[in-house]
Amino acid sequence: MPTMKRVPDASGRFGPFGGRYVPETLIPALDELESAYRRWRMDPEFKAELQEYLRNYVGRPTPLRRADRMSEALGFEVYLKREDLNHTGAHKINNTIGQTLLARRMHKNRIIAETGAGQHGVATATAASLFGLEAEIFMGEEDVRRQALNVYRMKVLGAKVTPVHSGTKTLKDATNEAIRDWVTHVRTTFYVIGSVVGPHPYPMMVRDFQAVIGKEARRQMTSVGGGLPTHVVACIGGGSNGMGIFYPFRNDPVKLVGVEAAGEGIASGRHAASISVGETGVLHGAMSYLLQNEDGQIHPAHSISAGLDYPGVGPEHAYLHHSGRAQYFSVTDSEALDAFHQFAQWEGIIPALESAHAVAWVLRERHDLRKAGARVLINISGRGDKDVDAIFALEQGGSSH
Amino acid sequence: MSQYSGYEAIKQAFGLARGEGRAALIPFFTAGYPTLSVLADLIRAAEEAGADLVEIGIPFSDPLADGPVLQRAAGEALAAGVTIDQIFSALSRLPVGAPRIFLTYVNPVLRRGYAGFAHQAADVGMAGAVVPDLPWVESGALSREFDKRQLALVPLVAPTSTSQHLRNISTSKGFIYGVSVTGVTGSRSGIDVGVTNMVQRIKAMTDLPVAIGFGISTPEHARAIGEIADGVIVGSALTEALMAEQGNLAKTAYEFLRPMRKALDHV
Repeated sequence: MPTMKRVPDASGRFGPFGGRYVPETLIPALDELESAYRRWRMDPEFKAELQEYLRNYVGRPTPLRRADRMSEALGFEVYLKREDLNHTGAHKINNTIGQTLLARRMHKNRIIAETGAGQHGVATATAASLFGLEAEIFMGEEDVRRQALNVYRMKVLGAKVTPVHSGTKTLKDATNEAIRDWVTHVRTTFYVIGSVVGPHPYPMMVRDFQAVIGKEARRQMTSVGGGLPTHVVACIGGGSNGMGIFYPFRNDPVKLVGVEAAGEGIASGRHAASISVGETGVLHGAMSYLLQNEDGQIHPAHSISAGLDYPGVGPEHAYLHHSGRAQYFSVTDSEALDAFHQFAQWEGIIPALESAHAVAWVLRERHDLRKAGARVLINISGRGDKDVDAIFALEQGGSSH
Repeated sequence: MSQYSGYEAIKQAFGLARGEGRAALIPFFTAGYPTLSVLADLIRAAEEAGADLVEIGIPFSDPLADGPVLQRAAGEALAAGVTIDQIFSALSRLPVGAPRIFLTYVNPVLRRGYAGFAHQAADVGMAGAVVPDLPWVESGALSREFDKRQLALVPLVAPTSTSQHLRNISTSKGFIYGVSVTGVTGSRSGIDVGVTNMVQRIKAMTDLPVAIGFGISTPEHARAIGEIADGVIVGSALTEALMAEQGNLAKTAYEFLRPMRKALDHV
């Protein structure tokens, strides 16, 4: 198969997607960030320091193992990449450690971040605490209410959590507010974006920091899995765990499958499947696919999984879709819930609701995958401890979402 | 008021103010706040108060360059159901007056199509647009469509802008929008000392007029900016005055803007 073109290009484009759609005030800061990143990512000391933290603080490499009972039940091989075993419970910390190390090299003493469910906020607060930096986390008022425990975790870690009252009071508004803060304090502040979204160089930089997932997984599949998988499956909100595991497989004869949140169903309009709907637009600094109305107003997303509840998607995913290199599908809230339970009972792993979306796609496609003799690698991007309260409440007949 | 259109009208308006030895007054209104039907009255009141150009905001759901006041105005306009078709329709019925410039974000423009947006804007007599999340590096395609219609795509300069940026925008049309602070729109208690330096840096690169916005709230601020720049943009403070007023909004706008214009007359 042909080798993928190197993206992004010098202007931060992934084909027609990406770029830098931010106020002029931030352009010099993005230039500064890009040149610092390009310098330090090649630096042996920086690389060694990042390696050391990933190994001895985050707990990498994370295991990759065959899902034995699931494989027996489905009739084809399933392997799991265990990002749920990272410190703080998800893949997010791979990126926050990397960006925070960069912030220190750039002599920025204050870091800010947006968070939806709170996972990226916790991972950022953790990195800030580790390095003794001041951290402020922007979080929609609605999410502050829904994710009270994560708010408390961030506070325990010493971060300031600022509720955002504008717009839909969720992740997209928290991101707007983080960008506004960055515009205002650009000279002293480093903005730690949590996914492969935002203006160039963020989608590239976050991808590179998360690519450790795919690099390890590719090596582990060759050793413990007896060769490359036929499919790599990941859930997609902004898309950082997906890009992280896809990227090192991009030139292999492996199908890359991204699973978006269909919420209550695409037809209901209450979903987060921006690639499946496929309308191009600009949000939070990049051109990609968005949920929007005919006037270009951003449409609120919906998913039972707060981490997928975002109306856009990273520009490189838009490019992988556009070029046909990856395929994107969507699964509903109820399919994800069923997968959450089934997977926990098969494997003794309670997955994050986000990751349950990836599992749900495999369950739905089981017949075709079995016929094709598939060897499927699923990225278990996070653990479900954070979700059990909400699911418990939902199943008791209440609603916490 | 002017037989000129597009960026020529902008040039005339700044020229007129300069001829009178003062900076131009440029008020901003969010179309649809509090209603779209009041827009015509607000614009007329602004012109009577001495506005030289008028900025008209097309509300966007995610206005990341705006502070709380203009976020709220846009949010309420959208919640009341205002659409871009309705805004164009309202503008098409306005009499000719001070040159009008849109302020909006790139996604609504992109969604309509750059060519279609430029065509419609020219049709309803607009002179140009400011798009704060479309920095110079991304502005080529829209700039070409605007040029075809003699519309000005007004570039922004921030206190952080590099000399390279100033060179890039020196051949723009209309005027230069100087952002007075690193930050978002909204009233502030004082004027940043860096503004003078920024205006001087811009003036060293281009003959285009320089208007300053973000945080200008009082006649005193306007006078101070009027001493160093060619135009004074006032948005959030004016919108706040409208928010505080239940009754006659046009009168409120006039009474807010008239002292600003007088302050500019007496620089």
